Amino acid sequence: MNTSTVQGAPRQHYFVPQPSLYPVILSGGMFLLALGFIQSINGFLLGRWVMLGGFAVILYVLFGWFGKVISESQSGAYRDWEDLSFRYGMIWFIATEVMFFAAFFGALFYVRTISVPTLGGLEAAHGTTLWPDFSATWPTSGPKGPTFTPMGAWGIPALNTALLLSSGATVTWAHWALLRDKRTQLNLGLTATILLGTTFLGFQAWEYHHAYSELGLTMGAGVYGATFFMLTGFHGFHVTLGTIMLLVILLRCLSGHFTAERHFAFEGVAWYWHFVDVVWLILFVFVYWL
Amino acid sequence: MSSVTTTHPAEPHGEYHPGGLLRWLTTTNHKDIGTMYMTFSLIMFFVGGIMILAVRAELFQPGLQLMKPEFFNQLIGVHALVMIFAALMPAATGFANWMIPLMIGAPDMALPRLNNWGFWLLPPAAILLTLPFSLALLGFGDGAIATGWTFYAPLSVQGGWGVDFAILAVHILGISSIMGSINIIVTIFNMRAPGMTMMKLPLFAWGWLITAFLLIATLPVLAGAVTMLLTDRHFGTHFFDAAGGGDPILFQHLFWFFGHPEVYILLLPVWGLMPHVLSTFSRKPIYGYKAQVYSFIAIGVLSVVVWAHHFFTAGMPVPALIYFMFSTMAISLPLAVLFFCWIATMWKGAMSFETPMLFAVGFIVLFGIAGLTGLILADVAADAQYHHSYFVVAHFHYALFAGGIMGVMTGVYYWLPKWTGHMYNETLGKLHFWLTVISFNLTFIPQFFLGLAGMPRRIPDYALQFAEFNAISTVGAFILGVSQLLFAWNVWACVRGGKKAAGRSWEGAEGLEWELPSPPPHHSWEVQPQIK
Repeated sequence: MNTSTVQGAPRQHYFVPQPSLYPVILSGGMFLLALGFIQSINGFLLGRWVMLGGFAVILYVLFGWFGKVISESQSGAYRDWEDLSFRYGMIWFIATEVMFFAAFFGALFYVRTISVPTLGGLEAAHGTTLWPDFSATWPTSGPKGPTFTPMGAWGIPALNTALLLSSGATVTWAHWALLRDKRTQLNLGLTATILLGTTFLGFQAWEYHHAYSELGLTMGAGVYGATFFMLTGFHGFHVTLGTIMLLVILLRCLSGHFTAERHFAFEGVAWYWHFVDVVWLILFVFVYWL
Repeated sequence: MSSVTTTHPAEPHGEYHPGGLLRWLTTTNHKDIGTMYMTFSLIMFFVGGIMILAVRAELFQPGLQLMKPEFFNQLIGVHALVMIFAALMPAATGFANWMIPLMIGAPDMALPRLNNWGFWLLPPAAILLTLPFSLALLGFGDGAIATGWTFYAPLSVQGGWGVDFAILAVHILGISSIMGSINIIVTIFNMRAPGMTMMKLPLFAWGWLITAFLLIATLPVLAGAVTMLLTDRHFGTHFFDAAGGGDPILFQHLFWFFGHPEVYILLLPVWGLMPHVLSTFSRKPIYGYKAQVYSFIAIGVLSVVVWAHHFFTAGMPVPALIYFMFSTMAISLPLAVLFFCWIATMWKGAMSFETPMLFAVGFIVLFGIAGLTGLILADVAADAQYHHSYFVVAHFHYALFAGGIMGVMTGVYYWLPKWTGHMYNETLGKLHFWLTVISFNLTFIPQFFLGLAGMPRRIPDYALQFAEFNAISTVGAFILGVSQLLFAWNVWACVRGGKKAAGRSWEGAEGLEWELPSPPPHHSWEVQPQIK
């Protein structure tokens, strides 16, 4: 390893931001949110207000911090070198999100291929079982769970798949427009994406209502209900975040932000949206369909 | 090698440098943030240490003397969580913050504000972890998490609200580590000086790069696992409940998918810094640079496919047992390459034994014991005997204290002159080393014997036959704990003053970090050096 150095010509100046209070305030807000949440689920009524306070602090920081970043971006503080940092950062952030969903898909595959068949085969393996009437079929709420009707794949879920796939196309259409500096098409594409995302969320809410009120399919409906609601729920939460992010990008586009050369924020959000899209496809196949 | 240290342009006008507490709350400077990480780590090291000294005091003789079993359980669980998440991991991140920009010729970390957030998430998480102790004193709740650090269901599903506090603390600690990892990956990929190819990257940075990838791959899975635990506890799901079709062993799979790579997350930064220290004090180049890089990568890949060796006795099909046994043992191959390279670096060198070198050599010997006892535990048949015994406790303390903490101390003594601009007290450092090594072995060698004789972990009382070894172990633990005060004093004194340290603080030290003055300027490499 040769690390001999010679005096180099200055490549360029890397933008190191000024000291900022936002990070520590954000941590304080998250502390309050966590503390209030723990209090609420353990029966302290005060907890809700602590949570609300924490959430307000987080919201304040989100506006302030992102506002600061946007103004730095508009003032031209970020050039190619900084831009590449943001791109790498976003890619690895999405990688962590992939692994977060992998935990829940892992749980789903584990119960479908290992724990449920094992519960059904105890008698064959050990000559005795706690639950002689239990047959290991999927979907199931387990030997002691409530009865329920599983969610069918070809109604709302299939429609939602079409909606999300089209939204992936519209956001790409908007990106093409941005690259060719066609601002109207850009704004139209983004608006269409947001509308598709919102419609998806509306259908999802209707589906949850249907599941709880008519199908008997709840979080407590055994391991099927647990994996169904955790996977679709966290996905829906990510669609919500993605839609809010797209809305911010649309507002920035309307204010004339972004150029064909410099638009990391747009691309970062578009990547995030495609990630949410891909998660839904896997979810549709393994949660609803198969 | 020409000096490049005198040509830093004056700092731009109008730069905002608040003083006092505000400096630390708002800083975006990698050195300030590194210092905060190291300080936090040292404080939490003593917090976790006091907890376990209370445990050792209880175990000094058979019978229950000092505390109820419930409190004993809380102490061991929180001790582990504090030591892993709040002492060792922040120390490694502190090294990364301080050293990676200096070593790769960068002005700062790539994402400085995110960096600050990563640190400031730690104190709230540490408060969440320890708060239930104080709340119990005030009459709220039944204390901290009492399941051990592993959160095993169904015990953790039934436990008190200490489990909720620990779950939320783990979430926040996880976000902190993920932000730190993203920042380190981006810094290494994007901030290297022109001419520094990946195969010229210092080994410390390589070790951290693999660590960061492991964190990104596994911490979100832990977050998912504890989220399922939370919904099982409070929102009626049945992930870990067989009556609903779930399985408690599912939790063990998810937990150890994170938990095993976590061992390498704690150790890879140390393995990365070790060759720098060994090469400096042997006055020889690092032996086998490429072999060490490839070993890091191999260990990183293997570490995510071996997790189930932590619960061989929980019940698994035999083919799974055999797979996890052999894949675990396969890790010893790249690890043996590392050991070989460390020793070969010293071979026929002009060695001198300043404190960092003493710790490095001590690390190699004691961490070797961790590796060899790990091979015994990786054997399914042998593990049936040793599982959940004090043999395991001794084994992982050789890995995480002798491997992790002593590795961190190696780095601290090695880089303190660079950080503070002063030399530490060498006599005190050597005294600290010898006291640490002797008392560490006094504490943990008896635990190997206790485990072989069948003493189970996590039990506050034991049979009379275990009394002598437990008494010896407790005496050792107290000497070990008190000796660390020497370390804290030495660091403090070195920050306050002492003999001036040169830019190249050690005679044989090579690398970009030694080309800067000690302490380095505010923006480390304002002008990036050119690497030939």
